[in-house]
Parts: sequence; C-alpha cells; structure tokens
Amino acid sequence: MASFPSSAKVVIIGAGIVGNSIAYHLANLGWKDIVQIDKGPLPNPGGSTGHASNFLYLADHNKEMAELTLESAHQYEDWGVYTMCGGLEVARSQERLNELRRKVDSSKNWGVESRMVTPAEIKELVPFINADILVGGFYSPEVGVCDSLQFGTLCREKAEAMGALQSFAMTEVTAMGVEDGRIKSVTTTRGTIEAEYVIIACGVWAPLLAEMAGAYIPLTPVVHQMADYGPVPLFEKSSKAIGYPIVRDMDVLMYERQDGIGFEVGSYAHRSILHDPETIPSNEKAALSPTEFPFTPEDFDPQIEDALELFPEILGDEKVGQKYAINGLIALTPDGMPVLGETPEVKGLWAAAAVWVKEGPAVGKAVAEWMVHGEPSIDLNQSDISRFHAHQKTRQHTKARAFEAFPKTYGIVHPAEQYVSDRPLRITPMNRWQAEHGAEFFEVAGWERAQWYTCNAPLVEKFGVKTRPNEWDARWWSPIINAEHLAMREAAGIFDLSAFAIFDILGTGALASVQRVAMRQMDVAVGKVVYTPVLSETGGFKSDLTIMRLAKHHFRVVTGGAHGMADLKWFKDNLAPMASIVDLTSAYTTIGVWGPRARDIVQSITRVDMSHKAFPFGTCRDVEMGSQVVLASRISYVGDLGWELYVPMEQGQRLWDELWAAGEKHGLTACGMGVYGTTGRLEKGYRAYGAELDNDYNTAEAGMVPPKIKDADFIGRDAVLRQMEQPLVATCCILTVDDHTSASGEKRYMLGRQPITMPDGTPIEDAKGRRSYANSAGASPSTGKHVLMAYLPPALAVVGTKLAVEYFQEHYPVTVAVAGAGALFDPENLLIRA
Amino acid sequence: MRVLVCIKRVPAVAGRITLTDGDRAIDAQYLGFAIGPHEECGVEEAVRLIEANSGESVVLTLGPAEATEQLRDAMALGITRAIHLVTGGEEWDGQSAAAAIVDAVRADEAANGPFDLILLGNESADSGGYQVPVRVGRALGRPVVAGIKGLTVADGMARLEQEAGGGRDVYEVPLPAVVSVLEGLNLPRYPSVPGRIRAKSKPIAPSSPERPEQRLGMIRLVVPQVAATEATVLGHGPDAAPAVVDMLASLGVL
Amino acid sequence: MSAVLCLVTVADGAADEVSLQALGAASALASGGAVHALVIGDAAGAGDLGAWGATQVHVATHASLTSFAPDAWARILADLADTLDVAAVVGPGSDAGNTVLARVAARLDVPFAANCTAVVPGDTVVVTRARWGGSLFEEAAINAQRAILTTQPHAVAKASTGGSAAVASYAATLDDADLAVRVVGHVAAAKGGVSLAEAKIVVSGGRGAGSTEGFAPIEELAGLLGAAVGCSRAVTISGWRPHTDQVGQTGTKIAPDLYIACGISGATQHMAGVKGAKTILAINKDHEAPIMTGADYAVIGDLAVVVPAISAEIRRRRG
Repeated sequence: MASFPSSAKVVIIGAGIVGNSIAYHLANLGWKDIVQIDKGPLPNPGGSTGHASNFLYLADHNKEMAELTLESAHQYEDWGVYTMCGGLEVARSQERLNELRRKVDSSKNWGVESRMVTPAEIKELVPFINADILVGGFYSPEVGVCDSLQFGTLCREKAEAMGALQSFAMTEVTAMGVEDGRIKSVTTTRGTIEAEYVIIACGVWAPLLAEMAGAYIPLTPVVHQMADYGPVPLFEKSSKAIGYPIVRDMDVLMYERQDGIGFEVGSYAHRSILHDPETIPSNEKAALSPTEFPFTPEDFDPQIEDALELFPEILGDEKVGQKYAINGLIALTPDGMPVLGETPEVKGLWAAAAVWVKEGPAVGKAVAEWMVHGEPSIDLNQSDISRFHAHQKTRQHTKARAFEAFPKTYGIVHPAEQYVSDRPLRITPMNRWQAEHGAEFFEVAGWERAQWYTCNAPLVEKFGVKTRPNEWDARWWSPIINAEHLAMREAAGIFDLSAFAIFDILGTGALASVQRVAMRQMDVAVGKVVYTPVLSETGGFKSDLTIMRLAKHHFRVVTGGAHGMADLKWFKDNLAPMASIVDLTSAYTTIGVWGPRARDIVQSITRVDMSHKAFPFGTCRDVEMGSQVVLASRISYVGDLGWELYVPMEQGQRLWDELWAAGEKHGLTACGMGVYGTTGRLEKGYRAYGAELDNDYNTAEAGMVPPKIKDADFIGRDAVLRQMEQPLVATCCILTVDDHTSASGEKRYMLGRQPITMPDGTPIEDAKGRRSYANSAGASPSTGKHVLMAYLPPALAVVGTKLAVEYFQEHYPVTVAVAGAGALFDPENLLIRA
Repeated sequence: MRVLVCIKRVPAVAGRITLTDGDRAIDAQYLGFAIGPHEECGVEEAVRLIEANSGESVVLTLGPAEATEQLRDAMALGITRAIHLVTGGEEWDGQSAAAAIVDAVRADEAANGPFDLILLGNESADSGGYQVPVRVGRALGRPVVAGIKGLTVADGMARLEQEAGGGRDVYEVPLPAVVSVLEGLNLPRYPSVPGRIRAKSKPIAPSSPERPEQRLGMIRLVVPQVAATEATVLGHGPDAAPAVVDMLASLGVL
Repeated sequence: MSAVLCLVTVADGAADEVSLQALGAASALASGGAVHALVIGDAAGAGDLGAWGATQVHVATHASLTSFAPDAWARILADLADTLDVAAVVGPGSDAGNTVLARVAARLDVPFAANCTAVVPGDTVVVTRARWGGSLFEEAAINAQRAILTTQPHAVAKASTGGSAAVASYAATLDDADLAVRVVGHVAAAKGGVSLAEAKIVVSGGRGAGSTEGFAPIEELAGLLGAAVGCSRAVTISGWRPHTDQVGQTGTKIAPDLYIACGISGATQHMAGVKGAKTILAINKDHEAPIMTGADYAVIGDLAVVVPAISAEIRRRRG
C-alpha cells in the first residue's frame, strides 16, 4: 500500500456509495489529488451501503428526490450494474389505492413511466402473489436493482485510473483541524493530512465527524429490519438474480423481492428503533458489520405474518427458512431529506450524508459539480445542509422527528401534514393571543404559526364559503382560510409574520454585497424597499426576497423563515470586503396589516402621515405608533394596501394589541398563513420560491425580468442576458379549474403538484424536456375560482387555452387565465397603490 | 418417543471479544445471541426423531429471561414445548447447571414419563466445560455417550457414532440415554415462517432454580493478546503465483 | 507438595503428545510430590513416562476392558485416586480425556476444569482455562479437596525431566454398569485421501468460494500438494461441503505445517481451529480481512483466478 500522504486537495471520509461516487465525479470533472479514507475494509467498509436492499423506485412525490433517483438509475445502468425488473406497489385498501393513483400523478410530473394495475394484472406480473387480498396497485417498469458495492468499486477504479484518487481503508479519523473557520487538516490513525476540502460522506457516523470540526450534520441511525428466506423452489428453477417485479406491500409498510434463490423481506412497520452514532460498534467489535445490528425477532414477528398473507406460496412453504436477518442501520434527518453541501460552520468542510443507494450516484455527481462549478446540475435546495435552523441541528430534535417519521416511510403523507413531535420550539410574542383566538398552528422552521383562527368560523357563513366535500382535499385545510381572505379584501386583515428571517448587512461594502446577490438594482435611495430575485450563476432561482435600504451602508434583508438559513449562508458566502452580516431574526417581529381599511387603522395610532403621497408603495421608514418606534414597510405579498411593521420581539404583543383595538371599528380580522401563503398570493400571481421558483426555471420563464437589467454585476447576470436572447420555451401561467366534478360526482380541489395535460390527458413537455405540472394550487376566494400555477410551452401559454389537470388519475378541465406576469385579481394593482 | 434437548443461549461472537462486568463477562452490547452450534444440531436431531417416530420433543434451557428467544427459535424448528430455568443472567458452573437440569428432568418425567433421549451439546460454545451431559446422565443413572456425530434409534437402543482415528467408533446403548452431540451431526434447517408463527403459541414452562455456591469459581476472564502481524504480501491476483510457489518451495512442501 | 494422578492415553504405540503435556501440568501441580501416570489397557510406551515427569506409572487392565469405555476408565481413575489419595487428577484435553475426566468429577461430585492452559498449585488450585475454543481464557479457582482437570492441547509444555519411573500393573475392579458405554465397533473412513486432522498441508475455502463448484480449484491445488481440503463454517452451513471438512472451533482443529486459506475472512471461531498451523498463506480479495493479521503470507486477489494460477505454476515447474 502506498504511504499515507501528508496533503491533498480533497479528503473524502467514507467509502460507501456516496464517498465512492463523489470521488469518481470529482475526478471526472478534472480534480486530482483526491484522498479517500474509511475506517472499515474495502470494498464493504461496514456502513449502510453494505446491507442495502439496492432497489430503486423512481417514482416520488418530491421533485428533487425523483430527479436524484432517475439520474442514479441512469448511472447504474450506464455502468452495467442495474437490473431492471419492474416494481409494484400494491394496495390492500381503497385509501392506499388512492395514494397510488396520486403517485402515478406525481410520476407523470417527472417523466417516470408508471400505471395503475388491477389485481389480475398484478397476479400476471408476480404469479406467486396472493392477489385476492389486493384491490389494485401501481406498476413502474423501470424499477430495478443495482449493485452498489460493484458501482463503488468501479468509481474508485476509474478515479484511480485517472490518476486522481488514492483510497485508504482501515484509516480512522481522530481529529479535524480548523483554522479561522476553514478546514485545514484531518488527523487519522495513519497520520495527519492537510486538505483544502474535506467531505464527510460516512452515513450514520457523519454527525461525529462533523462535531470534530465544530459543525453539525443532523441525522440519527435508525433500524430497518430485513430478512432473507430460502431456498425458494420457484427461484431455484431460474438462474436469474431477480426475475420478478419487486413488491412493496404499502399498507403493511413492507417490501419483498427475489434475491437469487432467496426471498428478501424488508419492513418499515416495526417500532422506531433509534440509536446514537456513538453507540455503533467498531468493525472489530461488531458481530456482522457495524451497521448490521442483531436482529430482534419480536419486532419482526407481526410483520412476517403480513408478508405471509401476501406470499403464502413462498413464505408458507415449510422448507423455506429464514437464512439471514438483521437490524440494519439507516440514517434519518429531521425533515427526511439528505444533508448535502458545505457546512455553514466551517468553510471547505462538506457534507454528503443521509443518502440512500437509490440516490447515491446522482448525489455524488451533484456534490462534485457543486464543489467544482459552484452549482449542481440538479437543484439540491431541499437537501442543502444550510437549510437547518439551530434547533434542527440538535440531537434531541433530530431523534424526535426521526422517531415520528420512521413509520411514515411507506405512509400516506398528506402534502400539508404537520409534525407533532418536539413542539412548540419557537413561539411568537402573539402566541397566547392567537391560541385564545383559536389559532390552528402549523409549524415552519420551528415557528408556531396560525394557519387560520377558529374564532373566525362565523365568517364562513357570512361570506358563503363552500367547504370541500372530499376528506383528502379538506385535510389540513379549513374554509375559514377563504373567509379570512374575503374579510381582508372587504376591510383589513392582521398577520403575524414573526417567522421571517431578517438579517442586516452593514459597512462600506454593504451595497456591493447586496448588489452582487440581488438581481434588482440595489443602489437606490435610502428608504426604498426592493423585492428581488436572487439567482444562481446559471440564472436559475436561489431565492426571492425583500431588501430595505435603511441607510447608506445599511441594508435589511427579509426572507421566508423556511429558506432563511440558506439565504443567510448565500449572503455570507458572497459578502464583499468591508461588509458584515448580522442575523436579527430573533430580534424583530413582523406584523402585517393589509386591506382597504389598513391605512385607516394604522393612521389612527400614529401622528405620521401614512397617505399614499407621503408614504408611497415600495418605501419604508420609522414611524411612531403610540409608545413605540416601528419600522413600517409599504409592500404586500397578499396584493392589498398595507404595511409590514417591524418592532422588537418584546414589543410585538403591544403593537398587535393597539392595532387590534384600533381595527375593531374598521372590521379588522386576524388572518392566518393560509391567506398569506396561498390564497392571497395565488390570485395575485405572486410566485413562491420552492414552488414556481427553483434553479430549473429562469426569470424570463417566471415572468420576473425587471424592465432593465442593471449594469452592476450580480450573480447570474451573464446567464440572464443569454436567456433573454433565446426564445422562451416556457411561461409561468395561472390556470383556473372549470369543472371540479369527479367521475363519482364529488367536487375535487387539487392541492398542487399534479400534471397539467392536454384535454385528452397527454402530458405536456416543453422544449427543454420539462413536464408541465401545477407548481401551486389553491383557492382564489375573490374570484371564486380554484387556481393553479404552471409553466406551459409558448403555444399553450395563451389566455383561453383549454387544458386539463390530472388528479388521482382523473382529468378535470382547466383554462389558462393569465399567461406570464399578471394577476387574476386586481391586475392593475389599484388596491396596493391606493 | 420423548426427546429432550438442552440448549444454551450464547453471544454470537465473531469479531474481537471485549469484556465487561469487571472482566467477568463478554461485552455483548453489540452482539446477537444464538443457540450454540452443537445444540443447534441437537435441536435438529430431536425434531427429526419426532418427525420419524412421533411423540414429543421438549427444549430446555438454563438462562436469563431473554433466553426465551432461543426457546422460541428451537420451537420454530419444530420442538413441541419448552422448559425455561430462568437465571439472573449470571453464569452457572457445570455442577450446578447439571443439577438444575436434573431436577427439571425429574419433575417433567414425573408428570409425563421418561425421556427416551436427552440430547445436549458436547460442550457449550462459551464456557466449554465438557461436563454437563456426563453429570446429567450420571445423576439420572443413564448411559451417556459424548461427542456424537451419528445417531440412530431402533428397538429401544441407540446406535451412536463418534469420530475417531479417521473413522468412526460405534456405541450402542439402551434407552433411555443421554447423548452429547457435535456440530456436523446433521445440517440444521432454517426456521420457516409457519414454524415461527406456530412457535409463538407453544408453551414455555418457567421456573427459577436457586443458584448454589459455585465450586468452579470464575475469578476473571482474559482476552489473549494476539500479536497483530501483518502478512507478507506475495502479490496481487494471478501474477502472484510464481512468488507463492517460491515460498512453497522454501517450505519444502512441493 | 502433594501427589497427583495423570491419565495418559496412547496412540500408535506411544503416549500421545497431549498426554505428555498433561503430565507436564501434573508435575507442576505436584511441585515435587509424587506424579502418578495411569495408562489403561495398552501399556506401550509406559516405561518412557518417567522421562516426562512421572514418578510412578500404573498400567490398568481388566479382562472385560477390550475397547474404550469411558465410565470404566473413570472408575479406574477414581479408584486409583482414592487409593493413592492424590490431591489432583489430570488428563489430556482430548475428546477421550475430557469425557473421562468429566466422568471422574461426576462420580466424585466435584468440579471439573476442562482445557487448562496453566495451573497454580495451592490449597485451592487456581487454573487458567480456555473458553471459546481458546479465543478467551478464564482464571478460576477449583473449590474442592481434589482438583480434576484436563489440559488444553498444545498449550502446556511437556516437562522433559529425563527421569525414570517404575511401572506397576493395576488390576481394575469394574461393574457391568461401568462397561455399559463402550465402543462396540468401528467404521472406517468412507473415502481415502488425507485426514484433515493429521494433514501436513491443508487447503481451505471460505465464503469466497461462492458455491460447491467453487471448490474445484481448491481441490486441484490440494491434489497437487497432497493436502487435505478444509472449509470454514460459512461453507458447511451453506451446504457446499460436508461438516467433516470444517476447520474451526466447532469443526476440526488442525496443526499442519502449511495452511492455505482461500476466500476465508478469518472469524474468531475459524482461527481457533488453526492455532497450531506453522505457516498460513491467505488468499483473499480483501486485503483488510481479519485473516491478514493472522497469516504469514498473503495474496490479494480472487481465489477463482489466483488458485488456478498457483496450480499452473506448480505444474510448470514440475515439468
């Protein structure tokens, strides 16, 4: 073995699917001097890759996961380590059958081939299944099984052949060297190695490595039980490793598949069994591999009876025995997504963890691109390590959420479903008031936010708001949202926006800093408020947010709570010299007041002139309100007259009370985030980051190109100029649903992420191969319509075009109402500028 | 016919052994537990005997509460019922273990008649005492044949084979008898799913014998220090063949 | 200083090695006291035992004792121990030794310490004994007037005292019950070839062989070297080879001059069976496999290509 080097450009810690794949892709992108280490032996160092079941289901409700899985399947296939066998998800209940229909909807969004199948068709595909207990299923022919260990070996061999990689097994990290917030070295049992970059790609052990450097990779090892039964007489006749589709028995949270002459049974149905990374044994001490814990049969016994019911022919055979069974460790994060990217705590220290075999190769490629080019070709914003707020980095929170999420691995999870564990974490000054007024709290970024107020229930009748007859459509929803919306449009609404992430950029370099990050012109007069896209180098969206210029060298950035920490890192990474950034999220609360009577209410508690002339749209200034000095900013995300009011957290309740008292005679209504996040913005056509806006679409397609591209350089400027010269291949549109009636006569209301198709159900794809789907969906109470936002190719992005939306495998007629920038409600923006 | 098989719950040691409890026990924190390999063959043999001759097979263990896992495993393979002599987890020396087993056998036989065969492992995987079967047989006044790899029963006699000098010595003893078996007696089956399900409802009779003073008193355990020597690598892949043959030649084995 | 009685078993006309080692332990225990060696039936080599520490040799015979009968042997040992009033009874930790000494202990209802690697004489004898096939050791006190123990094979040194001992015959007293368990026949090994336990060279395959067919190159190499074929437990439980081929704690323990381990990772239980091997060559794809730390030589590679290449090279050199 070569002697251990004393320096390298990159040190990759981990030789599982992720570390191997990153090593190859970095080499493939031209990097040299890569050193990979693992404390275990090669080719199976003993992490989760070694016991993975290795199958890839390509369908996923989540776009990012679907793209990662599709790309991974392509890589496995290209290297000849993918066996396509098809995959079924079977339903024993109608509820599950509906969920599978929804999965077919989602598959269509990402171009994954899938279809619903009857029990008879299932029996044809898998002759040894007991189809009598099934009501139907979902079939995806491209599902397959990969050889993740062989793929990893090929990765290393190719990178070694390029002269780029040296791998060292049995090499354990004992310390990390960090200087001035930057990674400097890794100390191992073979010696210390200096490195420009260090990548932590060691799965369930990752938190310990991050901690050595003072960073956080929040994940927890969780047990997934699997057992191998055999020999199966039917399989002994064929020589195939896998000749039948994999079956996921979704209702009982299990999967079964042929594995040579054996039959593998895996379960997510047992209790959540969490471990700590510290308690994983060393390779030496472990009986099997360190991540294969002793099997606990008492947890598996109930599940195997479910499996027996579905596969009596195989598992009921007295000669087919349980040959091998383990409690395999996998990694779960607080939100179920991977942990990728440079740690916010330590420059040059990268994370690539909580990745499954089905995503490994794509993650390797994307992380390598991110490191080499500064940006991955698959948008990883949901996996970005910088997304985590402080509480999400803690062990307790991570375990609480993993404990709660594990049983949902194969669960039917509503898109708006809320976590219940480890709450409340962050409460706003108005929390008690809101609770007393019947707030229904949803959580974002740890904040408890009122989604609607049950005290507003009488408004439902007053405004004649229709309820949703279907339970799924109405779950995590209330007609009160629409009623609050109408009350706001009629008089005024008050909103608690404490979850906003707020950071100030100060110093003589402050302007240069915000100019570089913001697409819009930031060299504006003091007191101006600018809503701006934030772009990637390739001209896709990194964020959209608001920046106030409070003084010559003082800017305040206000952005959504959910994405706030990622935005903070982006600003930090791009800070100009002589500028500093301060996170003030917990210093200020924000109260929004909007509606035709908003000015009357606000004016009644201040001596400052709040008239349109004195306080025009897009400006901000300090305003005395009673005994408080309030930073008032005249903008609106709900499309109505009004202000965002910023006061120190401890004064929030006082301001709220004064506004509430003043608003009583003006018909002020407390409004929840249902109005702010969905109904208010949708009918105004406001795009939201993560829904309409991501790195796959550009400002031209989103209809957000400013009248003039500023001369000052900003990230993405070259790309924007290029994009403006090219013909538009997609346009963001607002569509309205023409008829909600399903085949059974029930009115259905889409929740978003459904395919937009031609009236006959044909998928719509733009010239870049992107499918059209409803990026957002929700009510427009002001117009009485249910609206969808979607990107459409130019030929279809024409007002009046008749299309369809696919929902639970039925098609509903829709019409393009707005093509490109524009609103369904108050298109001239008369209300905002009143 | 009635067959009793005695099993022991032992840690599934594979990697480096580490100690705990003041060096008086193996640290099993990361280890699974299993029936000892010899006893697995004993269980298989008991199941086969009852399959062939009908009757009842009973599994017995002296072990902690968790040993029900191994009793269920044995019953999943076809054993009819179980006797659990529940301990507090501490080790019992050969004398006291044998005495407890003998008491339990006598109690069961008083109610259900004699066992034609009592099968035990030749030595336990963990403590390796080589004596419990002999003591049980002696106390019950029955012939004991140890270290058996072949067993046939006919006409009230057991014919037993023991590996010796490149062949096998044969013993013939009248039933009832006590036999200690070695791995290799048979190839044990894996538990089937129906077997596993049936095992869940099979009875386990627990009792808690008193642990007498230990006469073979463990002072402490010692993990031998193995000098970790790095092997001399003669080469990689088939290209290494000449170097290997050179080495063989130097050893004079060609 | 106290008298000790030691069972000596005989093979091929002489006391076997393990018995001589037991005699060494007996000498240590006697610490200057009388060391009585007992040979049952076959008196071959009895006269030589004085050179290995015995001060008195007893050759026991009985007209009915025509084949190995463990209870009879135990009876003889127990009676003689009483007669001589010894403080300890020692025997070889072989299959026969362990079952006979265990039976002695059972007769006397005293403790039995099997497979000792060290003995410390005293009012209470303290022993170190092998557990887990020698992967772990136990220090234990034998709380009895008379210590009964066997010695772990090849773990205790012989005592080459160069002395001599008188040989006396001992007429055993046996009942029918003592002869109820005895060897009544012998079945010769079914196949020819080299016995695994006694082979000078053993070529073994592990999980890396992959299948029954995967042993073809191993058989070929063994044939060329006149070696016995062995395997790991992973192989026998997979049904690829019979258990008689298994090397390890619960299989055959071997002590060849050369052990070639092909595709064997080297788990504790396997290594417990090859402690006696003089030279170990490991052929494994995984250069970090545990066997690498126990082996003297290694080839990194797939046995399926490496082993045939070695066979080809041997053939080439032999012309």
